[in-house]
Amino acid sequence: MSPRLALQQITKRYPSVVANDAVDLVVQPGQIHAVLGENGAGKSTLMKIIYGVVRPDAGSIFWNGAQAHIASPQVARELGIGMVFQHFSLFDTLTVAENIALGLPAGTRMDELARRIADTARQYGLDLEPERHVHTLSVGERQRVEIVRALLGRPQLLILDEPTSVLTPQAVQRLFETLRQLAGEGCSILYISHKLDEIRSLCQACTVMRAGKVTGVCDPRHETASSLSRLMTGAEPPALVHRDAQPGKPLLSVRDLTLERSHPYATALSGISFDVRQGEILGLAGVSGNGQQELLSVLSGEDNRAQAQAILLDGQPIGRKSVAWRRARGMGLVPEERLGRGAVPELTLAQNMLLSHQGGATVRHGMVRRRAIASLAHGIIERFGVRAAGPHATAASLSGGNLQKYIIGREVTRTPRVLLVAQPTWGVDVSAAARIRTELLALRSAGCAVLVISEELDELFEISDRLIVMAKGRVSPPISRTAATRDQVGRWMSGLWPENGGVGAC
Amino acid sequence: MLRLEPRARPSAWMAWLSPLLAVLLTMLCGFVLFLAVGKDPVASLSVFFLEPLRGLQGWSEVGVKMAPLLMIAVGLSLCFRANVFNIGAEGQFVVGAIAAGALILRIDNDANGGFWLMSLALLAGVLGGMAWASVTAWLRDRFNANEILVSLMLVYVAELLLSYLVHGVLMDPDGFGFPQSRLFSDGFLLPAILPGTRLHPGILLALGAAMLGWLFLARSFAGFRLQVGGMAPLAARYAGFSSRRSLWLAMLASGGLAGLAGACEIMGPIGQLTPSISPGYGFAAIIVAFVGRLHPIGVIFSSFIMAVLYIGGELSQSRLGMPSAITGIFQGILLFALLACDVLIHNRLRWRP
Repeated sequence: MSPRLALQQITKRYPSVVANDAVDLVVQPGQIHAVLGENGAGKSTLMKIIYGVVRPDAGSIFWNGAQAHIASPQVARELGIGMVFQHFSLFDTLTVAENIALGLPAGTRMDELARRIADTARQYGLDLEPERHVHTLSVGERQRVEIVRALLGRPQLLILDEPTSVLTPQAVQRLFETLRQLAGEGCSILYISHKLDEIRSLCQACTVMRAGKVTGVCDPRHETASSLSRLMTGAEPPALVHRDAQPGKPLLSVRDLTLERSHPYATALSGISFDVRQGEILGLAGVSGNGQQELLSVLSGEDNRAQAQAILLDGQPIGRKSVAWRRARGMGLVPEERLGRGAVPELTLAQNMLLSHQGGATVRHGMVRRRAIASLAHGIIERFGVRAAGPHATAASLSGGNLQKYIIGREVTRTPRVLLVAQPTWGVDVSAAARIRTELLALRSAGCAVLVISEELDELFEISDRLIVMAKGRVSPPISRTAATRDQVGRWMSGLWPENGGVGAC
Repeated sequence: MLRLEPRARPSAWMAWLSPLLAVLLTMLCGFVLFLAVGKDPVASLSVFFLEPLRGLQGWSEVGVKMAPLLMIAVGLSLCFRANVFNIGAEGQFVVGAIAAGALILRIDNDANGGFWLMSLALLAGVLGGMAWASVTAWLRDRFNANEILVSLMLVYVAELLLSYLVHGVLMDPDGFGFPQSRLFSDGFLLPAILPGTRLHPGILLALGAAMLGWLFLARSFAGFRLQVGGMAPLAARYAGFSSRRSLWLAMLASGGLAGLAGACEIMGPIGQLTPSISPGYGFAAIIVAFVGRLHPIGVIFSSFIMAVLYIGGELSQSRLGMPSAITGIFQGILLFALLACDVLIHNRLRWRP
């Protein structure tokens, strides 16, 4: 039997980078095939080529044994290729059925479509109501809409791009059951990920990519996490030394914080209380969109609608203080979006220093001390191993990981007393991520109170001293890392935690 | 077939060359235009672009036109860099002129004037322009009203206000009912800085404004905050830079400079208040600001080109019998050509057979 899909010597060049360099890939019918690689390894470009979004410069594609020219996603769908993108393309104000109808020919009957959606959803254990409006759905439910949309085309190959980054551990298990059922019916699945454990438990074959090239094809069930990681990065994952914390007094306290939402699609905060103590890292787990953004802007001062008494910095009420006021008193923030928020893309690294360094060292008599900001930026490039042309390189010219190292470096060199960090290693390669985690631990040991907001449980278990979980705008009681289990935190991510302390609370 | 391909990084060369290319393209379009209406294109273009620069008299007239354009464009550069789209500089110019003119008409007794009183009148112009701009700023700040629409509509309000005043309280009682004010006495007219020409100190004020504008944007922390607010509003919020402060600063600076330009015009070449004190300087300065790359030094060059276009337009009316719309046509072509050439900063042309 010929393979479902075979790519031969696929090459795609962009002006400054070769995204795919002579890539071969073979997917058998009914196979769950992983494509593993770090961010920027070329996985997404390859999938876009298969789905007809991007045209390759060279190479050929064989579909069920015959050569195919996939000129557009339309052609791909007609062949029987479905794709679920990492970022959903759904309209909040429309219902599930209306969203799905948008991709179908005009004149599709809505009542019949709703029935087909419900049937398909039931068949694969995907709980979904066609009449619900998308803005009322959780992230996991939105993903189901995308999957059902792809399944309605009866695909022979389903591509999923990083599908689990937005799911709780329990939701991941349910997704895996659906995928196994699909594969059992003969549908091939291409599963894009950088999470080694998931690939080892789900996939039967794995193609590993690094810097646009295929570095190995293997059966992940017979590999270890470290051997896969070696193929992916070319090096062993660096081990992190985690010393026990000696936490001091609370530096940042949140007391019964309740806040109306500022726009219809925001999450309201309700009754949030926690402490971040001197010399500890407090991890905030949770599926994104459960109020993390809102909480962060209230803590940083970008949103100062909170009651003054609801947020205390060193015992002083600061709920209504501005960003500048809080920063001047030792608060620091590493935001989730690096370009455009943590750094201005068009400005140089030296100029970007001024976003958070605004004291006498960088500004005198209202004028910018240009030599001082350049030497500060130079120091950060050296100390944190930022790969950049120099302090006068623009922020936009850096890769995501290097820019994150720069931003973390910029905030760390201010020696903050309280540091808020959102998604510290999101989209960052393994070695840069290790570097960033090491710096956060060093900062903690130096007595800083660190709050880390992350979707990646592995990361939180690696660096946190205590954990809290956020769900539906509320925050769980704290639990010490050593007492917590992934299963328990996963359940708490759905909002199911014991109300009064409970097991393992501290 | 010629194709556009994205460049890996924006070309620094093209960023400089693009305004020059745009001027050349404008000339080319002018060539075709003159040809089409049956004029000798070479002679017509030389009337348009070379004649204005003949002799000291020609250069000084270009300087007279350049002064208001440059002053307004420096202010607009600050504004646009802060992403505050004040396109009502024309109105702020007019209200600045009204304020300065009204003050002069109030205190002028044919014997006074001089440096201090003239400075006071210029200051009145600045304050008038600021006051007009602050209407837009306040509506934007308080009600989130779109500053593009508000400032534009206030231009027409300002022009009607001027017309109302020179038809009424500010009208010259001995003027046979013409809608214009008394002529200001010599003590309130800006002196010529070159004997025998109309070039007045306004050009020095404009060049000074350009220098200060450059210092502000390139060196000061306040200028940095303003630009971050324009380039990346989220980063400005993150850094704790107030967007309200940027809005007010940008509107007041550009309104003040436009008002100063208005005051200089009526105390310089015009010498009185009339219903038509501006040949569209406030709108032309928008083009000047963009052709000058929103850079306070760049606008020195672009205001020069625009001033040549104004004079060339006047000359081609008198010598070639072209309609008065010719100036506006050339201004429009210039802006259009610049926008087209700017495509080449991020893209390159490739020949693909």
